[in-house]
Amino acid sequence: MLRFSILTENFHLYLEGFKYTIGASVIALIGSFFIGTLIAIMRIAPLRPLNWLGTAYVEFIRNIPLLLITFVFFFGLPVLGIVADGFTAGTIALSIYTSAFIAEAIRAGIQAVPLGQMEAARASGLSYGGTMRYIILPQAIKIVIPPLGNQFINLVKNSSILGVIAGFDLMYQGDLIASRTFVTFDVYIFVAMFYLLLTIPLSLGVGYLEKRLARSH
Amino acid sequence: MKKMKRFGLLLLMTCCMIALAACGSAEKGSTDAKQGSSLEAIKKDKKIVFGVKNDTRLFGLKNPSSGDIEGFDIDIAKAITKEMLGDEGKAEFKEVTSKTRIPLLQKGDIHAIVATMTITEERKKEVNFSDVYFEAGQSLLVKKGSDIQSIDDLKKSTKVLAVKGSTSSQNIREKAPEASVLEFENYQEAFTALKSNQGQVLTTDNAILFGMADEDSNYEVVGGTFTDEPYGIAVKKGDEELTEAINKALKALKDNGEYDKIHKKWIKE
Repeated sequence: MLRFSILTENFHLYLEGFKYTIGASVIALIGSFFIGTLIAIMRIAPLRPLNWLGTAYVEFIRNIPLLLITFVFFFGLPVLGIVADGFTAGTIALSIYTSAFIAEAIRAGIQAVPLGQMEAARASGLSYGGTMRYIILPQAIKIVIPPLGNQFINLVKNSSILGVIAGFDLMYQGDLIASRTFVTFDVYIFVAMFYLLLTIPLSLGVGYLEKRLARSH
Repeated sequence: MKKMKRFGLLLLMTCCMIALAACGSAEKGSTDAKQGSSLEAIKKDKKIVFGVKNDTRLFGLKNPSSGDIEGFDIDIAKAITKEMLGDEGKAEFKEVTSKTRIPLLQKGDIHAIVATMTITEERKKEVNFSDVYFEAGQSLLVKKGSDIQSIDDLKKSTKVLAVKGSTSSQNIREKAPEASVLEFENYQEAFTALKSNQGQVLTTDNAILFGMADEDSNYEVVGGTFTDEPYGIAVKKGDEELTEAINKALKALKDNGEYDKIHKKWIKE
Protein backbone atom coordinates (compact mmCIF):
# COMPACT_ATOMS: atom_id res chain seq x y z
CA MET A 1 0.00 0.00 0.00
CA LEU A 2 0.95 3.64 -0.21
CA ARG A 3 3.08 4.92 2.63
CA PHE A 4 0.79 7.65 3.95
CA SER A 5 3.48 8.66 6.44
CA ILE A 6 5.21 10.31 3.49
CA LEU A 7 2.17 12.53 3.04
CA THR A 8 1.66 13.33 6.73
CA GLU A 9 5.33 13.96 7.53
CA ASN A 10 5.77 16.25 4.56
CA PHE A 11 2.31 17.77 4.44
CA HIS A 12 3.58 21.30 5.07
CA LEU A 13 5.86 20.97 2.03
CA TYR A 14 3.08 19.61 -0.18
CA LEU A 15 0.85 22.45 0.99
CA GLU A 16 3.54 25.05 0.30
CA GLY A 17 3.97 23.68 -3.21
CA PHE A 18 0.21 23.58 -3.67
CA LYS A 19 -0.01 27.30 -2.79
CA TYR A 20 2.71 28.20 -5.28
CA THR A 21 1.06 26.11 -7.99
CA ILE A 22 -2.27 27.84 -7.39
CA GLY A 23 -0.53 31.23 -7.34
CA ALA A 24 1.29 30.63 -10.60
CA SER A 25 -1.84 29.19 -12.24
CA VAL A 26 -4.08 32.11 -11.24
CA ILE A 27 -1.58 34.78 -12.29
CA ALA A 28 -0.83 33.02 -15.56
CA LEU A 29 -4.55 32.49 -16.13
CA ILE A 30 -5.24 36.20 -15.89
CA GLY A 31 -2.10 37.18 -17.81
CA SER A 32 -2.63 34.72 -20.64
CA PHE A 33 -6.28 35.75 -20.96
CA PHE A 34 -5.42 39.40 -21.43
CA ILE A 35 -2.49 38.79 -23.75
CA GLY A 36 -4.51 36.17 -25.63
CA THR A 37 -7.46 38.48 -26.18
CA LEU A 38 -5.14 41.21 -27.38
CA ILE A 39 -3.43 38.89 -29.85
CA ALA A 40 -6.77 37.51 -31.05
CA ILE A 41 -8.04 41.00 -31.81
CA MET A 42 -4.76 41.79 -33.58
CA ARG A 43 -5.24 38.74 -35.77
CA ILE A 44 -8.69 39.75 -36.98
CA ALA A 45 -8.31 43.52 -36.98
CA PRO A 46 -8.57 45.15 -40.42
CA LEU A 47 -4.88 46.15 -40.30
CA ARG A 48 -2.43 43.97 -42.20
CA PRO A 49 0.71 44.59 -40.06
CA LEU A 50 -1.29 43.74 -36.90
CA ASN A 51 -2.57 40.55 -38.50
CA TRP A 52 0.94 39.55 -39.39
CA LEU A 53 2.31 40.28 -35.91
CA GLY A 54 -0.48 38.35 -34.23
CA THR A 55 -0.06 35.35 -36.51
CA ALA A 56 3.71 35.36 -36.07
CA TYR A 57 3.32 35.43 -32.31
CA VAL A 58 0.85 32.54 -32.22
CA GLU A 59 2.74 30.33 -34.68
CA PHE A 60 6.06 30.90 -32.96
CA ILE A 61 4.97 30.49 -29.35
CA ARG A 62 2.65 27.55 -30.00
CA ASN A 63 5.30 25.55 -31.78
CA ILE A 64 8.20 25.70 -29.36
CA PRO A 65 8.37 23.73 -26.10
CA LEU A 66 7.18 25.37 -22.91
CA LEU A 67 10.42 24.24 -21.28
CA LEU A 68 12.37 26.21 -23.84
CA ILE A 69 10.37 29.38 -23.21
CA THR A 70 10.86 28.86 -19.49
CA PHE A 71 14.61 28.53 -19.86
CA VAL A 72 14.68 31.69 -21.97
CA PHE A 73 13.08 33.66 -19.16
CA PHE A 74 15.03 31.99 -16.36
CA PHE A 75 18.52 31.69 -17.87
CA GLY A 76 18.25 34.11 -20.78
CA LEU A 77 16.81 37.26 -19.21
CA PRO A 78 19.77 37.67 -16.83
CA VAL A 79 21.99 38.10 -19.86
CA LEU A 80 20.01 41.29 -20.49
CA GLY A 81 20.44 42.26 -16.86
CA ILE A 82 17.00 41.18 -15.57
CA VAL A 83 17.08 38.39 -13.02
CA ALA A 84 13.63 36.89 -12.48
CA ASP A 85 13.49 34.16 -9.87
CA GLY A 86 12.09 30.71 -10.57
CA PHE A 87 8.50 31.52 -9.69
CA THR A 88 8.41 34.79 -11.63
CA ALA A 89 10.20 33.51 -14.71
CA GLY A 90 8.08 30.38 -14.75
CA THR A 91 4.80 32.25 -14.37
CA ILE A 92 5.70 34.67 -17.15
CA ALA A 93 6.71 31.79 -19.42
CA LEU A 94 3.46 29.98 -18.60
CA SER A 95 1.41 33.11 -19.40
CA ILE A 96 3.14 33.70 -22.71
CA TYR A 97 2.89 30.05 -23.76
CA THR A 98 -0.78 29.72 -22.83
CA SER A 99 -1.67 33.09 -24.37
CA ALA A 100 -0.93 31.71 -27.84
CA PHE A 101 -3.49 28.95 -27.35
CA ILE A 102 -5.98 31.33 -25.74
CA ALA A 103 -5.56 33.70 -28.69
CA GLU A 104 -6.44 30.93 -31.10
CA ALA A 105 -9.48 29.86 -29.08
CA ILE A 106 -10.76 33.43 -28.84
CA ARG A 107 -10.11 34.14 -32.50
CA ALA A 108 -12.07 31.05 -33.48
CA GLY A 109 -14.85 32.14 -31.14
CA ILE A 110 -15.02 35.63 -32.60
CA GLN A 111 -15.00 34.33 -36.15
CA ALA A 112 -17.78 31.90 -35.28
CA VAL A 113 -20.10 34.80 -34.51
CA PRO A 114 -22.20 35.27 -37.64
CA LEU A 115 -20.78 37.91 -39.99
CA GLY A 116 -24.16 39.57 -40.08
CA GLN A 117 -23.69 40.76 -36.52
CA MET A 118 -20.65 42.84 -37.43
CA GLU A 119 -22.35 44.23 -40.54
CA ALA A 120 -25.53 45.14 -38.65
CA ALA A 121 -23.60 46.77 -35.81
CA ARG A 122 -21.42 48.84 -38.14
CA ALA A 123 -24.48 49.78 -40.19
CA SER A 124 -26.24 51.05 -37.07
CA GLY A 125 -23.33 53.38 -36.41
CA LEU A 126 -21.13 51.53 -33.89
CA SER A 127 -17.37 51.90 -34.29
CA TYR A 128 -15.17 48.84 -34.81
CA GLY A 129 -14.05 48.97 -31.19
CA GLY A 130 -17.60 49.44 -29.93
CA THR A 131 -18.86 46.53 -32.03
CA MET A 132 -16.20 44.26 -30.64
CA ARG A 133 -16.89 45.32 -27.11
CA TYR A 134 -20.71 45.24 -27.02
CA ILE A 135 -21.77 42.83 -29.77
CA ILE A 136 -19.05 40.46 -30.94
CA LEU A 137 -16.99 39.66 -27.85
CA PRO A 138 -19.91 38.84 -25.53
CA GLN A 139 -21.22 36.33 -28.08
CA ALA A 140 -17.77 35.01 -28.79
CA ILE A 141 -17.11 34.38 -25.13
CA LYS A 142 -20.03 31.95 -24.91
CA ILE A 143 -18.62 29.93 -27.80
CA VAL A 144 -15.15 30.10 -26.44
CA ILE A 145 -15.74 28.92 -22.86
CA PRO A 146 -15.25 25.14 -23.42
CA PRO A 147 -11.92 25.42 -25.31
CA LEU A 148 -10.78 28.15 -22.91
CA GLY A 149 -11.66 25.96 -19.98
CA ASN A 150 -9.55 23.16 -21.41
CA GLN A 151 -6.63 25.52 -21.94
CA PHE A 152 -6.84 26.59 -18.32
CA ILE A 153 -6.78 23.00 -17.14
CA ASN A 154 -3.70 22.50 -19.34
CA LEU A 155 -2.24 25.60 -17.75
CA VAL A 156 -2.53 24.14 -14.26
CA LYS A 157 -0.75 21.00 -15.42
CA ASN A 158 1.87 22.99 -17.31
CA SER A 159 2.61 25.02 -14.18
CA SER A 160 4.68 22.01 -13.19
CA ILE A 161 7.39 23.58 -15.34
CA LEU A 162 8.26 25.60 -12.25
CA GLY A 163 9.68 22.39 -10.87
CA VAL A 164 12.78 22.51 -13.04
CA ILE A 165 13.71 26.10 -12.27
CA ALA A 166 13.30 26.02 -8.50
CA GLY A 167 9.87 27.66 -8.65
CA PHE A 168 8.81 26.14 -5.30
CA ASP A 169 5.64 24.67 -6.81
CA LEU A 170 4.06 21.27 -6.17
CA MET A 171 6.33 19.45 -8.62
CA TYR A 172 9.47 21.05 -7.12
CA GLN A 173 8.47 20.10 -3.58
CA GLY A 174 7.70 16.60 -4.80
CA ASP A 175 11.16 16.33 -6.34
CA LEU A 176 12.81 17.43 -3.11
CA ILE A 177 10.81 15.02 -0.95
CA ALA A 178 11.43 12.15 -3.36
CA SER A 179 15.17 12.71 -3.57
CA ARG A 180 15.41 13.01 0.20
CA THR A 181 13.31 9.97 1.14
CA PHE A 182 13.90 7.80 -1.98
CA VAL A 183 10.23 6.73 -1.83
CA THR A 184 9.79 7.96 -5.39
CA PHE A 185 6.50 6.32 -6.35
CA ASP A 186 4.45 7.27 -3.30
CA VAL A 187 5.69 10.86 -3.28
CA TYR A 188 4.57 11.47 -6.85
CA ILE A 189 1.21 9.76 -6.39
CA PHE A 190 0.48 12.30 -3.68
CA VAL A 191 1.66 15.09 -5.99
CA ALA A 192 -0.78 13.79 -8.60
CA MET A 193 -3.58 13.82 -6.05
CA PHE A 194 -2.94 17.48 -5.32
CA TYR A 195 -3.04 18.32 -9.02
CA LEU A 196 -6.32 16.42 -9.33
CA LEU A 197 -7.64 18.55 -6.48
CA LEU A 198 -7.22 21.49 -8.85
CA THR A 199 -8.03 20.00 -12.24
CA ILE A 200 -11.12 17.99 -11.37
CA PRO A 201 -13.07 20.95 -9.91
CA LEU A 202 -11.95 23.09 -12.86
CA SER A 203 -13.18 20.46 -15.24
CA LEU A 204 -16.49 20.21 -13.41
CA GLY A 205 -16.75 24.00 -13.34
CA VAL A 206 -16.21 24.23 -17.08
CA GLY A 207 -18.88 21.59 -17.63
CA TYR A 208 -21.31 23.52 -15.45
CA LEU A 209 -20.58 26.78 -17.28
CA GLU A 210 -21.11 25.06 -20.61
CA LYS A 211 -24.54 23.89 -19.51
CA ARG A 212 -25.58 27.29 -18.18
CA LEU A 213 -24.47 29.08 -21.33
CA ALA A 214 -26.23 26.56 -23.53
CA ARG A 215 -29.46 27.16 -21.60
CA SER A 216 -29.39 30.91 -22.20
CA HIS A 217 -29.65 30.25 -25.93
CA MET B 1 -27.75 13.06 -14.55
CA LYS B 2 -25.63 11.56 -17.34
CA LYS B 3 -22.71 13.80 -16.44
CA MET B 4 -22.87 12.68 -12.80
CA LYS B 5 -22.73 9.04 -13.87
CA ARG B 6 -19.80 9.72 -16.14
CA PHE B 7 -17.97 11.58 -13.44
CA GLY B 8 -18.67 8.86 -10.92
CA LEU B 9 -17.26 6.28 -13.31
CA LEU B 10 -14.18 8.38 -13.89
CA LEU B 11 -13.60 8.75 -10.16
CA LEU B 12 -14.02 5.01 -9.66
CA MET B 13 -11.55 4.24 -12.45
CA THR B 14 -9.00 6.65 -10.96
CA CYS B 15 -9.31 5.07 -7.52
CA CYS B 16 -8.93 1.61 -8.99
CA MET B 17 -5.83 2.62 -10.94
CA ILE B 18 -4.23 4.15 -7.88
CA ALA B 19 -5.07 1.08 -5.78
CA LEU B 20 -3.68 -1.27 -8.43
CA ALA B 21 -0.55 0.78 -8.85
CA ALA B 22 -0.08 0.97 -5.09
CA CYS B 23 -0.41 -2.81 -4.82
CA GLY B 24 2.14 -3.12 -7.60
CA SER B 25 4.63 -0.93 -5.82
CA ALA B 26 4.21 -2.76 -2.50
CA GLU B 27 5.09 -6.07 -4.13
CA LYS B 28 8.13 -4.68 -5.86
CA GLY B 29 9.48 -3.16 -2.65
CA SER B 30 9.37 -6.42 -0.75
CA THR B 31 11.24 -8.47 -3.34
CA ASP B 32 14.06 -5.99 -3.64
CA ALA B 33 16.01 -7.35 -0.68
CA LYS B 34 15.39 -10.96 -1.67
CA GLN B 35 16.91 -10.38 -5.14
CA GLY B 36 20.35 -11.22 -3.86
CA SER B 37 23.32 -11.42 -6.12
CA SER B 38 23.55 -9.77 -9.48
CA LEU B 39 27.12 -11.08 -9.63
CA GLU B 40 25.89 -14.25 -11.33
CA ALA B 41 24.00 -12.22 -13.92
CA ILE B 42 27.13 -10.12 -14.49
CA LYS B 43 29.35 -13.17 -14.98
CA LYS B 44 26.77 -14.73 -17.32
CA ASP B 45 26.20 -11.65 -19.51
CA LYS B 46 29.90 -10.73 -19.24
CA LYS B 47 29.17 -7.06 -18.61
CA ILE B 48 28.67 -4.62 -15.77
CA VAL B 49 26.35 -1.66 -16.23
CA PHE B 50 27.52 1.38 -14.28
CA GLY B 51 25.50 4.48 -13.59
CA VAL B 52 27.75 7.49 -14.06
CA LYS B 53 27.41 11.25 -14.29
CA ASN B 54 27.54 12.84 -17.73
CA ASP B 55 27.72 16.45 -16.64
CA THR B 56 30.45 16.52 -14.02
CA ARG B 57 33.86 17.66 -15.16
CA LEU B 58 36.72 15.47 -13.87
CA PHE B 59 34.39 12.69 -12.73
CA GLY B 60 31.89 11.90 -15.45
CA LEU B 61 31.59 14.23 -18.43
CA LYS B 62 30.38 13.45 -21.93
CA ASN B 63 32.85 14.64 -24.54
CA PRO B 64 30.65 16.36 -27.14
CA SER B 65 32.96 15.58 -30.08
CA SER B 66 33.68 11.93 -29.38
CA GLY B 67 30.50 11.08 -27.49
CA ASP B 68 32.56 9.19 -24.89
CA ILE B 69 32.10 9.79 -21.19
CA GLU B 70 35.35 10.69 -19.46
CA GLY B 71 36.40 11.10 -15.84
CA PHE B 72 37.73 9.65 -12.61
CA ASP B 73 34.57 7.62 -11.96
CA ILE B 74 34.66 6.16 -15.46
CA ASP B 75 38.30 5.11 -15.20
CA ILE B 76 37.73 3.54 -11.78
CA ALA B 77 34.72 1.65 -13.17
CA LYS B 78 36.72 0.42 -16.16
CA ALA B 79 39.64 -0.65 -13.94
CA ILE B 80 37.28 -2.55 -11.62
CA THR B 81 35.67 -4.26 -14.63
CA LYS B 82 39.12 -5.29 -15.82
CA GLU B 83 39.84 -6.82 -12.38
CA MET B 84 36.48 -8.60 -12.22
CA LEU B 85 35.91 -9.70 -15.83
CA GLY B 86 39.36 -9.39 -17.34
CA ASP B 87 38.46 -6.76 -19.93
CA GLU B 88 37.62 -3.12 -19.30
CA GLY B 89 35.62 -3.08 -22.53
CA LYS B 90 32.96 -5.13 -20.70
CA ALA B 91 32.00 -2.02 -18.71
CA GLU B 92 28.80 -0.34 -19.93
CA PHE B 93 27.78 3.13 -18.88
CA LYS B 94 24.36 4.66 -18.32
CA GLU B 95 23.80 8.31 -17.49
CA VAL B 96 22.50 9.12 -14.00
CA THR B 97 22.00 12.25 -11.94
CA SER B 98 21.96 12.63 -8.15
CA LYS B 99 18.19 12.47 -8.40
CA THR B 100 17.88 9.38 -10.61
CA ARG B 101 20.77 7.15 -9.52
CA ILE B 102 19.10 5.28 -6.66
CA PRO B 103 15.76 4.76 -8.46
CA LEU B 104 17.60 3.36 -11.52
CA LEU B 105 19.65 1.03 -9.31
CA GLN B 106 16.54 -0.20 -7.52
CA LYS B 107 14.76 -0.67 -10.86
CA GLY B 108 17.61 -2.86 -12.04
CA ASP B 109 18.64 -0.66 -14.99
CA ILE B 110 22.20 -0.51 -13.59
CA HIS B 111 24.32 -2.89 -11.50
CA ALA B 112 26.34 -0.25 -9.69
CA ILE B 113 26.52 3.50 -9.15
CA VAL B 114 29.88 5.20 -9.62
CA ALA B 115 28.68 8.78 -9.63
CA THR B 116 30.28 11.06 -7.05
CA MET B 117 28.02 9.43 -4.48
CA THR B 118 28.72 10.16 -0.83
CA ILE B 119 28.37 7.33 1.69
CA THR B 120 25.81 8.32 4.33
CA GLU B 121 23.95 6.39 7.03
CA GLU B 122 20.62 7.32 5.49
CA ARG B 123 21.63 6.07 2.04
CA LYS B 124 22.96 2.84 3.58
CA LYS B 125 19.31 2.03 4.35
CA GLU B 126 18.56 2.01 0.61
CA VAL B 127 21.78 0.68 -0.94
CA ASN B 128 24.95 -1.28 -0.19
CA PHE B 129 28.17 0.72 -0.39
CA SER B 130 31.66 -0.43 -1.31
CA ASP B 131 34.74 0.84 0.51
CA VAL B 132 35.62 4.48 0.06
CA TYR B 133 37.14 5.17 -3.35
CA PHE B 134 37.56 8.95 -3.08
CA GLU B 135 37.73 11.47 -0.23
CA ALA B 136 35.98 14.73 -1.04
CA GLY B 137 34.54 17.51 1.11
CA GLN B 138 31.71 19.98 0.63
CA SER B 139 32.74 23.50 -0.36
CA LEU B 140 31.48 26.68 -2.01
CA LEU B 141 31.79 28.11 -5.52
CA VAL B 142 31.41 31.84 -6.04
CA LYS B 143 32.12 34.45 -8.68
CA LYS B 144 35.64 35.85 -8.27
CA GLY B 145 35.49 38.89 -6.02
CA SER B 146 32.32 37.81 -4.22
CA ASP B 147 31.66 38.88 -0.62
CA ILE B 148 31.14 35.26 0.26
CA GLN B 149 34.42 33.69 1.27
CA SER B 150 33.29 31.06 3.77
CA ILE B 151 30.21 29.32 5.07
CA ASP B 152 29.79 32.01 7.75
CA ASP B 153 29.13 34.59 5.05
CA LEU B 154 25.84 32.93 4.07
CA LYS B 155 23.05 35.22 5.29
CA LYS B 156 19.25 35.29 5.12
CA SER B 157 19.32 37.07 1.76
CA THR B 158 21.76 34.60 0.23
CA LYS B 159 20.45 32.23 -2.39
CA VAL B 160 22.43 29.01 -2.39
CA LEU B 161 22.29 26.77 -5.45
CA ALA B 162 22.48 23.00 -5.16
CA VAL B 163 21.41 19.85 -6.96
CA LYS B 164 18.29 17.82 -6.15
CA GLY B 165 19.13 14.64 -4.29
CA SER B 166 22.66 15.59 -3.27
CA THR B 167 23.94 15.37 0.30
CA SER B 168 25.20 18.93 -0.23
CA SER B 169 21.69 20.35 -0.41
CA GLN B 170 20.75 18.70 2.91
CA ASN B 171 24.04 19.68 4.57
CA ILE B 172 23.82 23.33 3.57
CA ARG B 173 20.32 23.60 5.03
CA GLU B 174 21.79 22.37 8.35
CA LYS B 175 24.93 24.48 8.29
CA ALA B 176 23.36 27.70 6.99
CA PRO B 177 19.66 27.50 7.91
CA GLU B 178 18.89 31.18 7.29
CA ALA B 179 19.92 31.11 3.64
CA SER B 180 17.44 29.95 1.00
CA VAL B 181 18.36 26.94 -1.10
CA LEU B 182 17.38 26.50 -4.75
CA GLU B 183 17.80 22.98 -6.14
CA PHE B 184 18.26 22.05 -9.78
CA GLU B 185 18.18 18.92 -11.91
CA ASN B 186 21.95 18.55 -12.37
CA TYR B 187 25.25 20.38 -11.90
CA GLN B 188 25.30 21.99 -15.32
CA GLU B 189 21.92 23.60 -14.69
CA ALA B 190 22.96 24.69 -11.21
CA PHE B 191 26.14 26.21 -12.64
CA THR B 192 24.18 27.97 -15.40
CA ALA B 193 21.88 29.34 -12.70
CA LEU B 194 24.95 30.64 -10.83
CA LYS B 195 26.24 32.26 -13.99
CA SER B 196 22.78 33.82 -14.47
CA ASN B 197 22.91 35.33 -10.98
CA GLN B 198 19.93 33.27 -9.86
CA GLY B 199 22.02 32.64 -6.75
CA GLN B 200 25.24 33.90 -5.20
CA VAL B 201 26.90 30.62 -4.37
CA LEU B 202 26.87 27.01 -5.49
CA THR B 203 27.57 24.24 -3.05
CA THR B 204 28.61 20.65 -3.58
CA ASP B 205 31.74 18.48 -3.27
CA ASN B 206 34.96 20.36 -3.83
CA ALA B 207 36.00 17.83 -6.46
CA ILE B 208 33.00 18.78 -8.61
CA LEU B 209 33.52 22.48 -7.91
CA PHE B 210 37.14 22.30 -9.04
CA GLY B 211 35.85 20.97 -12.33
CA MET B 212 33.56 23.97 -12.68
CA ALA B 213 36.27 26.47 -11.79
CA ASP B 214 38.40 24.67 -14.34
CA GLU B 215 35.70 25.27 -16.96
CA ASP B 216 35.13 28.99 -16.22
CA SER B 217 37.94 31.04 -14.71
CA ASN B 218 35.51 33.71 -13.45
CA TYR B 219 34.58 31.37 -10.62
CA GLU B 220 36.59 30.10 -7.69
CA VAL B 221 36.26 27.60 -4.86
CA VAL B 222 36.28 29.24 -1.42
CA GLY B 223 35.81 28.40 2.23
CA GLY B 224 37.76 25.15 2.43
CA THR B 225 35.79 21.98 3.11
CA PHE B 226 33.20 21.96 5.87
CA THR B 227 32.15 18.33 5.64
CA ASP B 228 33.68 14.99 4.74
CA GLU B 229 32.25 13.43 1.63
CA PRO B 230 33.63 9.91 1.20
CA TYR B 231 32.57 8.53 -2.20
CA GLY B 232 31.49 4.91 -2.47
CA ILE B 233 30.23 2.60 -5.19
CA ALA B 234 26.60 1.70 -4.56
CA VAL B 235 24.91 -1.59 -5.42
CA LYS B 236 21.49 -3.00 -4.60
CA LYS B 237 20.74 -3.32 -0.91
CA GLY B 238 21.51 -6.81 0.35
CA ASP B 239 23.78 -7.73 -2.54
CA GLU B 240 26.76 -8.76 -0.36
CA GLU B 241 28.40 -10.83 -3.11
CA LEU B 242 28.68 -7.95 -5.55
CA THR B 243 29.81 -5.57 -2.78
CA GLU B 244 32.62 -7.91 -1.81
CA ALA B 245 33.65 -8.48 -5.40
CA ILE B 246 33.91 -4.72 -5.97
CA ASN B 247 35.83 -4.22 -2.71
CA LYS B 248 38.27 -6.93 -3.73
CA ALA B 249 38.78 -5.24 -7.08
CA LEU B 250 39.26 -1.83 -5.43
CA LYS B 251 41.87 -3.21 -3.06
CA ALA B 252 43.72 -4.78 -5.97
CA LEU B 253 43.77 -1.42 -7.76
CA LYS B 254 45.13 0.33 -4.69
CA ASP B 255 47.81 -2.33 -4.24
CA ASN B 256 49.04 -2.50 -7.82
CA GLY B 257 49.28 1.28 -8.34
CA GLU B 258 46.41 1.57 -10.88
CA TYR B 259 44.40 3.64 -8.40
CA ASP B 260 47.20 6.17 -7.93
CA LYS B 261 47.63 6.45 -11.68
CA ILE B 262 43.94 7.26 -12.17
CA HIS B 263 43.96 9.67 -9.21
CA LYS B 264 46.96 11.55 -10.58
CA LYS B 265 45.40 11.74 -14.03
CA TRP B 266 42.26 13.54 -12.89
CA ILE B 267 42.94 15.24 -9.57
CA LYS B 268 45.61 17.87 -9.91
CA GLU B 269 46.04 19.28 -6.43
